[in-house]
Amino acid sequence: MEQRLSRGSVAAIAGASVLFAAAPFFAASWILFILTLALAKFIAVLAVALFLRAGLVSFGHALFYAVGAYSVGFAYKWLGLREVLLLVPLGVCLGAGAAAIIGLFIARYRGVFFAMLNLAVSMILYAILLKFYWVTGGTDGLGVGTPTLLGYLPPRAMLRMSYYYVTLAMAGAVIYAVYRFLASPLGFFLKALADNEIRIEYSGASARRVIYATYVLSGALGGLAGVLAAFTVGHIVPEYAFWIQSGEFVFIALLGGYASVPGPLLGAIAFEFIRTYASKYAPYAWQMTLGTIMLLIILFQPGGLWAIYEAVASRFGRGGEGVERA
Amino acid sequence: MPEAMPILETIELSKSFGMVRAAHAINVQILQGELVGIVGANGSGKTTFLNLITGYLRPDRGRILIMGRESVGLPPRLVTKLGLARSFQVPQLYIGLSVLENVLLSLAAQAGKGIECWKPLYRRLWVDKGLEVLERFGLKPYAHRAVAELPEGGRKLLDVALSFALNPTLLLMDEPTSGVSIEDKFEVMDTLAEVLRQSHITTIFVEHDMEVVERYSQRVLVFDSGEVVADGEPASVLANPEVRKAILGRE
Amino acid sequence: MALLTIIVVDGLVFAAILFLLSVGLTLIFGVLRILNVSHGGIYALGAYMGTYLALKVLDAGLSPYLTYPMLLLGALIVGLVAGPLLERLFLRRVYGRAEAIQLLLTFSILLILDDLIKLVWGTTPLLVSTPSTLLGQVVIAGIPYTWYHFWLIAVSALFGGALVWLVRGTRFGKVVTSVITDREVSVTLGINVSRVYTVAFTLGAFCAALGGAAIAPTIAVAPGFALEVVVQSFAVIAIGGMGSLEGAALGAFLVGLARALAIHLFPEFELVVIYVLMLVVLIVKPEGLFGQVELRRI
Repeated sequence: MEQRLSRGSVAAIAGASVLFAAAPFFAASWILFILTLALAKFIAVLAVALFLRAGLVSFGHALFYAVGAYSVGFAYKWLGLREVLLLVPLGVCLGAGAAAIIGLFIARYRGVFFAMLNLAVSMILYAILLKFYWVTGGTDGLGVGTPTLLGYLPPRAMLRMSYYYVTLAMAGAVIYAVYRFLASPLGFFLKALADNEIRIEYSGASARRVIYATYVLSGALGGLAGVLAAFTVGHIVPEYAFWIQSGEFVFIALLGGYASVPGPLLGAIAFEFIRTYASKYAPYAWQMTLGTIMLLIILFQPGGLWAIYEAVASRFGRGGEGVERA
Repeated sequence: MPEAMPILETIELSKSFGMVRAAHAINVQILQGELVGIVGANGSGKTTFLNLITGYLRPDRGRILIMGRESVGLPPRLVTKLGLARSFQVPQLYIGLSVLENVLLSLAAQAGKGIECWKPLYRRLWVDKGLEVLERFGLKPYAHRAVAELPEGGRKLLDVALSFALNPTLLLMDEPTSGVSIEDKFEVMDTLAEVLRQSHITTIFVEHDMEVVERYSQRVLVFDSGEVVADGEPASVLANPEVRKAILGRE
Repeated sequence: MALLTIIVVDGLVFAAILFLLSVGLTLIFGVLRILNVSHGGIYALGAYMGTYLALKVLDAGLSPYLTYPMLLLGALIVGLVAGPLLERLFLRRVYGRAEAIQLLLTFSILLILDDLIKLVWGTTPLLVSTPSTLLGQVVIAGIPYTWYHFWLIAVSALFGGALVWLVRGTRFGKVVTSVITDREVSVTLGINVSRVYTVAFTLGAFCAALGGAAIAPTIAVAPGFALEVVVQSFAVIAIGGMGSLEGAALGAFLVGLARALAIHLFPEFELVVIYVLMLVVLIVKPEGLFGQVELRRI
């Protein structure tokens, strides 16, 4: 189906954009922090969602997230670098670069092996980050200097807002890029991969190249997410590469609904809020809450929050024509 | 008279599975524009022959030349790039995409744009071509519908259409009417035959059903025990009782 | 020479622990074709339950030798309860669905189990060292080991042997093998595939619980324990070949030895070796050392 946006969808997008743009003016500071982190993680979740669309689970994308985050840490530690406009491309390139190398052999695998190889590589990074503490700071991690934008350092009071807008801008750019990606031959081949790899090969196209290209893109996205998260949190630890972090990305993709682009965003925001409340009121039941929600989604609404939203919106909307097909 | 280069040529093509000789020194030449039917009983080697030509299996001995280019050792993907396209006994379709999108992907692959990630799949050139292909196969009404909505015959036609869209020099159809109900069989074959007649694509189709082969092919190859035992005009070849016995006998 | 001995002994001890941890996982994968991420959680549950029961026995002033059957009892309780419960309630619902979904389902169960442990037993580490110290020490190459460590090696070897006998030698094993090889044919043969799945999963769960209970006396069980071991078990079965019992043994041995080597010679690489080994094997022989290649059918 050709992608047409119905009037309802355009209104929704416009409304959401306004809300996001204006958030710093009516949201409390801690909410802004959560939103910023959610927007950053959303970018990594999109990377994972792309693979889920192809029927592949990556349990190792925390690797690129950590690469991005630590690139900020090391750039600051060794080069005194703090400039956003330098750190972002750096993180993106390093993430893509790591993916370009790893993808060379990972693109041959499917199913459980794809997941496990990803896992193995990310855990190698985790182990290195942990054990080589004289370089990486080990469990203490690295601090991040307050980033500057074009050399300009925002005043303390405006810091959170600055992080928010930078992250928002990046997320917006990513959303645009991903939409174009999904409408392209590569985007469709990715979906086709989940259905029928045989037909892909017998068309003369290479399933391996499809996976490789997507993997490099996903590495770039993961790296970007790590950079943005590092800015916001201000502190980087080896857990950024731990397999549970990868699992978190996959979980959010599922929670929000991985078949769409807004789904992961919805999932990331919901996740961060749930996490904040859970760690405050029930710190020992946080994982259980997560696990239960995931179970419920898998068993009853695999489309995630976005599917629920669409179901509700079409009931209230006008005929639901021209539903976005991402 | 100088002979035009054959579209497909196999020389002493052989393949064994343990003790079973699935292909034994097969020498075959297929010329441009021919519409060839391959027929034989189960286990006669016709499917092995198909799998060898498409690169799915590697022969023990022998050569395969597609338009004069050696293709032994190439994987199916590269054999396809040499100009050979294949349809399957069980249709291999992208069931999560629409009918038109299936064709568009074939067109994109053929244009070498499999990993293009910035320009859209839905572009004027491809959409027009895709709809035209669907029209030829009688599938245009289903263009924007899900693959699941196609009737069985329609799925077979789409499977062939996807291979056809690759603009191949040689089209291989693996049992195009298997799984299709008796009423629809000839309708499906009529559609296919018409498309092939108009486009002059060299075609090989493997068939179980002698009647289908007799009616639609210009030349027939009969396989038995891994060898080609008869090669010629359908009417005369299939009138031969020995041949008929070979095809039916061991069922 | 002394160092080599220590490395080998340490390696064997690690291997025994890893084998007990991983053999159930590979069994479940072999039969159900699902990678049970919650395996580590069942392992931890077994460790906690066994420790808890053993401590109760000691508190009651009963003979310390009773701690051994208590460990076994803990494992049995966990295995026989968690096994059928998880398989019937949850796994059953995702057979035939996308691999990703199955993976995530078992992952969510892992998360729930990890917190469940915290809720039931709290966050302070539990330790019952009696079973371990009761048998006395032996000094090898200057390093003290307990006899319990060697018992572990013996137990895991015996256990492995028992499983192999079960799968190869008994009628039950033949039924299971039939289901693994061709599920549809098994159904037509009148085999209750559904029950085989439940039994296989329960057996795997019991293996996990037993593994946990067995090693509990050598460490202090603490929350988060489940999450740490999960990835190690993946590495072991990936290396050995998923679904292969012998593979689990070989994988455990290689990983155990590698870890021992690393600890004594290159301590920074202790964690890394496991994953590097996994990576190397998966690249060279993707189906694992004893795994079987699955052919694609057109």
